[in-house]
Amino acid sequence: MAKKPDARPNVSKDDLLKYYREMLLIRRFEEKAGQLYGMGLIGGFCHLYIGQEAVVVGLEAAAKEGDKRITSYRDHGHMLACGMDAKGVMAELTGRIGGYSKGKGGSMHMFSKEKHFYGGHGIVGAQVPLGAGLAFADKYLGNDNVTFTYFGDGAANQGQVYETYNMAELWSLPVVFVIENNQYAMGTSMKRATKSESLYGRGVAYGIPGEQVDGMDVLAVKAAGEKAVAHCRAGKGPYILEMMTYRYRGHSMSDPAKYRTREEVEKIKTEKDCIEHVRDLLTQGGLASEEELKAIDKDIKALVNEAAEFSKESPEPPLDELWTDIYA
Amino acid sequence: MAVDILMPALSPTMEEGTLAKWLVKEGDAVKSGQIIAEIETDKATMEFEAVDEGILGKILIAEGTAGVKVNTPIAVLVEEGESVSDAPAAKAEAKIEAPAPSPEAAPSVPASVAKADAPAPEAAAGWPHSDVPEGVATKTMTVREALREAMAEEMRADPNVFLMGEEVGEYQGAYKISQGLLDEFGAKRVVDTPITEIGFAGIATGASWAGLKPIVEFMTFNFAMQAMDHIINSAAKTLYMSGGQMGSPMVFRGPNGAAARVGAQHSQDFAAWYAAIPGLRVCMPYSAADAKGLLKSAIRDPNPVIFLENEILYGRSFEVPAEGDFTIPFGKASIMRAGSDVTMVSFGIGVAHALAAAEELAKEGIEAEVINLRTLRPIDYDTVLASVMKTNRCVTVEEGFPVGSIGDHLASTIMQRAFDHLDAPVITCTGKDVPMPYAANLEKLALITPAEIVAAVKSVCYR
Repeated sequence: MAKKPDARPNVSKDDLLKYYREMLLIRRFEEKAGQLYGMGLIGGFCHLYIGQEAVVVGLEAAAKEGDKRITSYRDHGHMLACGMDAKGVMAELTGRIGGYSKGKGGSMHMFSKEKHFYGGHGIVGAQVPLGAGLAFADKYLGNDNVTFTYFGDGAANQGQVYETYNMAELWSLPVVFVIENNQYAMGTSMKRATKSESLYGRGVAYGIPGEQVDGMDVLAVKAAGEKAVAHCRAGKGPYILEMMTYRYRGHSMSDPAKYRTREEVEKIKTEKDCIEHVRDLLTQGGLASEEELKAIDKDIKALVNEAAEFSKESPEPPLDELWTDIYA
Repeated sequence: MAVDILMPALSPTMEEGTLAKWLVKEGDAVKSGQIIAEIETDKATMEFEAVDEGILGKILIAEGTAGVKVNTPIAVLVEEGESVSDAPAAKAEAKIEAPAPSPEAAPSVPASVAKADAPAPEAAAGWPHSDVPEGVATKTMTVREALREAMAEEMRADPNVFLMGEEVGEYQGAYKISQGLLDEFGAKRVVDTPITEIGFAGIATGASWAGLKPIVEFMTFNFAMQAMDHIINSAAKTLYMSGGQMGSPMVFRGPNGAAARVGAQHSQDFAAWYAAIPGLRVCMPYSAADAKGLLKSAIRDPNPVIFLENEILYGRSFEVPAEGDFTIPFGKASIMRAGSDVTMVSFGIGVAHALAAAEELAKEGIEAEVINLRTLRPIDYDTVLASVMKTNRCVTVEEGFPVGSIGDHLASTIMQRAFDHLDAPVITCTGKDVPMPYAANLEKLALITPAEIVAAVKSVCYR
C-alpha cells in the first residue's frame, strides 16, 4: 500500500465535497445494510464495499454520460456511485418489489439500464468478458462510450480474464479493466494465490498498458481514470488500472475474517481511510467547516434511513412475479 | 504391382465428393507425397496427395465428376513397364458401380461411411414428408445452404445482427455454413475469434445487452461446454435477474450430436441439457426448411436461443420455400407422417431414423405418426398429446443419453396428461448410456438405429 498522499490544493471545494458525500453515502449505506442483515431483513450473501469507496467514486468522476459499468457481486458501491437510487438498491437487498430487479435479483444481481449499470454478477470473473462485450457493442455502434469493467484480485486468476484481454486488445475495445485489489480473494491473500508481483502487469503479455493506483486516494483514482478513459476514447484499446484498496469487513456477512489480523485492518483504517483523507483535505485546507461536513453527514444519514424504511415497507413481490421476466 | 488410387475420405462425415481437378495426367511419374488431385468435400476443397510412387497408368474418374463415393478407385498407379490391366479395379470393374459398403455385406465397415449406412438420412433426400405448406413453391437446398441463407437474410435485414466464432470468416466456416458471409458483410459483422469459447461467449452476451444481436457459432457444441457459464448464468438468467430490464437477444448455434468416428469428446447430444434451462429457447431442426425457418425466427427472437444443428444433416437436401420471408414459429411441431397405430416423437436427426422406421413398419401394416418437435423449449405438448390420444401408443426417438432425456420428460408428461389414453407404456429410444466409442462397430451399437425403433414400436403394439 502506498503512503498517505499529500493534500492536493488544486482540487475545487465543490469536487471534494461531492466525493466526500458520495463516499460517505456508500459507507453509511453499507453499514445500514449490515445492520439489516443482522436483523434478518436481508438474506443470503451480502458483500459489503466498506473501505473501497474511493475506487468507484474516483472513477465515476472520470466518466461521462453513456459510459457503462459492470462488476462482481460486491456491487452496492458501484450502483450508488453511478447514481442509482439508494431506495431501489436497498429494497432489492430486502427482496422487495421496489428493488431494482423487483426483488428477484438480490444483492448480487442488480441492473439499471437507465444508469448503464450492467450488474451485479455472482460468478467470479464472468463480468470481464461481459464488460468487453458491452464495449464491443459501443465500438460496433460507433459511439465513444467506455465500459468500466471491475473485478477483484481473486477474479484476476480466472482464465476468462485473459481470453478477454487478448480479444479486447486484438479488437481495440474501449474498456477500462479495473482490478480492485483488496488483497484478499475471500480468505486467500494475494501472495498465497500468485507469484505475480502485480496484477496490472499481466496485461503486458497482451499489449495492454496499465498501472497501479492508490485506490484509497480518490484524487489519484480520478486522475488515473481520466488517463485510462482518454486512452480508450482515442481508439487505442483497453487499459488496466490496478486499484490498491482494502475491504474493512469480511468477504461476506458470514466471514469471520480470521485470515488477517485485527491490527492490519486497524492500521489501514487509521492511516489510509479514503473518507478521512478527503475530510482532512477539506478541513485542513480550510475549504469546509466542521459544521458543513456535519450537515452532510446528517443528510446522508437521513437518506440512508429513508432507503432502509422504504426497503422494509415495500411489499414482497406478488406471487405471479415468479413467472414473469423469464422470456422477453 | 499396379495399385488403385481410391477416393479418399477427407472429413469425418464425408461419404462422397467431387473430383474437382487432376493435377497429373496419364503417363506422368508420381512421387509419394505429390499433390495429384483436388477434391471437393462438403466442407472444403482439399489437395490429395499420392501415397505410393509410380506412373499414373489410367485415370478412372474424370475431373469434374461429382458424387464420387469414398473408396471408389479413381486412378491406377503402375510400376515402370507394368500394364494397367494388372490393377485390382480393372480386374473387377463391376465393383466401381457400387463401391459404398452396405452394412449387411460388411458389418464392420472401416471407413467413415459407417454411420451413413443407416438408411434414413439417405431416404431424407427428397423425402415426401415435408415441413413446407402445400401449394408453396419450393427449391431444393441442403441444410447447410438453408442455414447460410437464413443468416444472410437476417443480416441484410438488421445491421445489428453479426456472426462471431472460430473460423467463421476468412476460413469460410469450419463446416462451410458461413461461406461467403465475410465477403458480403465484411469483418465488422463476421468476426473471427481466437479459440476462446468462454471469452467470446461472454463478449457476445455483453454485446447483446447493449443493442446488438449476436449469432455465436460454436465449431461444435462440445466446445460450448467451455462457455456453459455464460450461456446459462449470463445469457439465460439476466432478464429475470434484472426484473425484465435487459435480456439477451442472441443465438448460440453449431453442430451437436454425433458426427462419425470422432470419439467421445466430439460426439454427444446436448438437447436435454439445454432444454432444462428456463430462459433459453432450444431449437433442433431436422430438415432444411426447419433449419431456415427456425434460424430466422431464432435471430429475431428477443431471448437467447440454443440452435442445435447436426453435422450429418448439413449435406442433406430438402425442399424449402423458394420465395418470401419464411419463418417457423417456436413451439410448433410438424407432423412428418400421419398414422393411426403409434405416435413417434423425435427431433433433429432422430426424425430421419423415425421416418425410416415408419417405412419399415408400414410394410408390416403398422402406420406410425411421426412428429418432429423442431423446438425443445418450448415443446409443442398439444400436438404430441393429441396424437397419443389418437394412437394410444408412443415411442420417443433421440440420439442423446437415456438418463434425463427429452423422451423421459415426454413420457412423464404423457403419463400425467394422457394416462387413460395409453394402451402401453411409453418407450424411450435413446443413445446408449456410454461415452461414444471410436471403433466403428461399437459406435454403431451406441447410436440409436431404425431397427431399435421398429422393435420398440412392435413392443408397444404388442406385436
